Amino acid sequence: MMARRNWLTFVLLGGVIVLVAVAADLVGDRLLLRITTNLCISMVLVVGLQIFMGNSGILSFAHVGFMGVGAYTSAVLTIPVQMKGMALPNLYPFLADVAMLPVVGMALGGLAAALVAALAVYPLMRLSDAAAVITSFALFVVLHTIMYHWSDVTNGPRTLFGIPKGTTLPLAAGVAIVAVLAALLFKESRVGRLLRASRDDEIAAASLGAHIPRLRWQAFIVSALLAGIGGALWGHFITSFSPKQLWLKETFVILAMLVIGGPRTVTGAVVGVLVVTASFEGLRSLEGAINRADVLSEPLVGMTELTLAVAMIAVLALRPGGICPSREVGYYLFRRRSRGP
Amino acid sequence: MNPAQFVLDVLSLGGAYALMALGLVIVYGILRLVNFAYGELIMVSGYTMFLVSGSGLPWLAMAACGVIMAVAAGIATDYLAFRPVRAKSVTAVLITSFAFSTLLQNAALLFISPRPRAVPLPELFSRTVEFAGVITPVRNLITIAVAVIMLGIFSWLMRSTALGIAMRAAATNFRMARMMGIPANLIISAAFAISGLLAGAVAILWIGRIGTVVPGIGLQPLLIAFIATVIGGMRSLQGAVLGGFLLALIDTSLNYTLPQDLLKFRDAFTFSLVILILLWRPEGIVRGPASGQRT
Repeated sequence: MMARRNWLTFVLLGGVIVLVAVAADLVGDRLLLRITTNLCISMVLVVGLQIFMGNSGILSFAHVGFMGVGAYTSAVLTIPVQMKGMALPNLYPFLADVAMLPVVGMALGGLAAALVAALAVYPLMRLSDAAAVITSFALFVVLHTIMYHWSDVTNGPRTLFGIPKGTTLPLAAGVAIVAVLAALLFKESRVGRLLRASRDDEIAAASLGAHIPRLRWQAFIVSALLAGIGGALWGHFITSFSPKQLWLKETFVILAMLVIGGPRTVTGAVVGVLVVTASFEGLRSLEGAINRADVLSEPLVGMTELTLAVAMIAVLALRPGGICPSREVGYYLFRRRSRGP
Repeated sequence: MNPAQFVLDVLSLGGAYALMALGLVIVYGILRLVNFAYGELIMVSGYTMFLVSGSGLPWLAMAACGVIMAVAAGIATDYLAFRPVRAKSVTAVLITSFAFSTLLQNAALLFISPRPRAVPLPELFSRTVEFAGVITPVRNLITIAVAVIMLGIFSWLMRSTALGIAMRAAATNFRMARMMGIPANLIISAAFAISGLLAGAVAILWIGRIGTVVPGIGLQPLLIAFIATVIGGMRSLQGAVLGGFLLALIDTSLNYTLPQDLLKFRDAFTFSLVILILLWRPEGIVRGPASGQRT
């Protein structure tokens, strides 16, 4: 069970999410609501990635691939039957008559991603360092290639449309809070503690009896589960997407959020999402304003990502652990309180 | 299927692949850094050729400009993305090189254009010629010739010059090499410069096939270089060359034999193969020197 200071962390981080969601809801601006819902979805994805990357110390590129597995699974299971004839005319007959509720589809999307992860990645967990990164990248390319070309189920490189709108701000915020709780519980569980020991010293942890590949595998499955749920939430939010929206640019943004915030702590993941989303949206509206002002001969593209890339290199050079390098937020407050009179 | 045609295809594709792989592995061998920004060196070279295309220089001078800018970009990778985090974790270095790659790509989007840009090519590149009984584009023969010459120069450099010997020493045991008086920063910058030189040569050959340059042009060569080095051996220079030719053989054979509706999944097949090879031999087919530390 978690120590009291970790519950404090959970209450604080969950409180921030609730606060942001309620504030956006009160203002009621449509653009702001969109941004906040996206923020909560990013939170699910980034916290999911933190579970694997933060505890095992291994960089994974495949996360957005599992996000895609979740998004497509949920889409195929929930598109209304009459829409399916248009959106996916060559779908296998046993799937053609299925039309579930979006919430059920999301849960199954997460389970599908976890299942794919469980079946595919166990052997990869034996590798460390650069070999692990390249294989995770290879896995990402394999998943992407399948999504891009399996036209019968994913509509191939074309946009898949007709996905019912099922993601609301309260739902996304609720899932984000559950994801934060899951990450904190996992971090303090036996598996999480052993895995963190292996991150800091692989040989010492193995000599204490930690079965490192199995520990990493367990973390990866939980991480893929959240990636799948996050992907499904995203799919039901934007209601039409193509594999091109699940590729390196999205990987970069998710990775930037985690790295800037601090991959070793759940607090870091949450802070990273907030900071990067805020600066990203600010830059994007600036980019939009410049383009609308029509001062340049061609529209401005890429400035947002450019700035984010510079910020990421700067953070790694100056503060390699990210904004919150090693302690959860609850630790500081708890220490201060228990030191009091 | 004409066997001479098949051999020519494999050799010309393999020559380009081998150069790509070598440019990646020269940095990895010494620094244990997987340089995700490697593909963008090819992009830089392509855009340089596009930018100087209006200047009226002879084509060879334009190509030289492209190669020089690729070398400069390679050295810039070292200074901007690698040196600040060199002493930190492998993961940090991987992420900065990924960030640097995104930075260069978006700089091209921002300052040039998201649309393809034509790159000047000599008329020779589009001509075909009959060779050994098959009709083949001249650029395939040029690719083979350039690959042979570059590989020759490169192996002479690594075997017989002080710089090459120092680099091989650094790849085997970095700390020991420093103790013997080899300047670490110089060796690392030299590795990035050579990587840029190879990327520049690859850029001319690769863009010679397509004729245009886009911001995302570096991805395909990067993926090819990844697969080739993983197959051949992550830390061995000979392995990288072997891996390049082996990958060309696999790709060409799949092209000739796979039915059309499976051919689109070719990347999934080759990358699954990479995963399998890494599981079987995490160090690739050719083992390199025993691993040393970077700092």
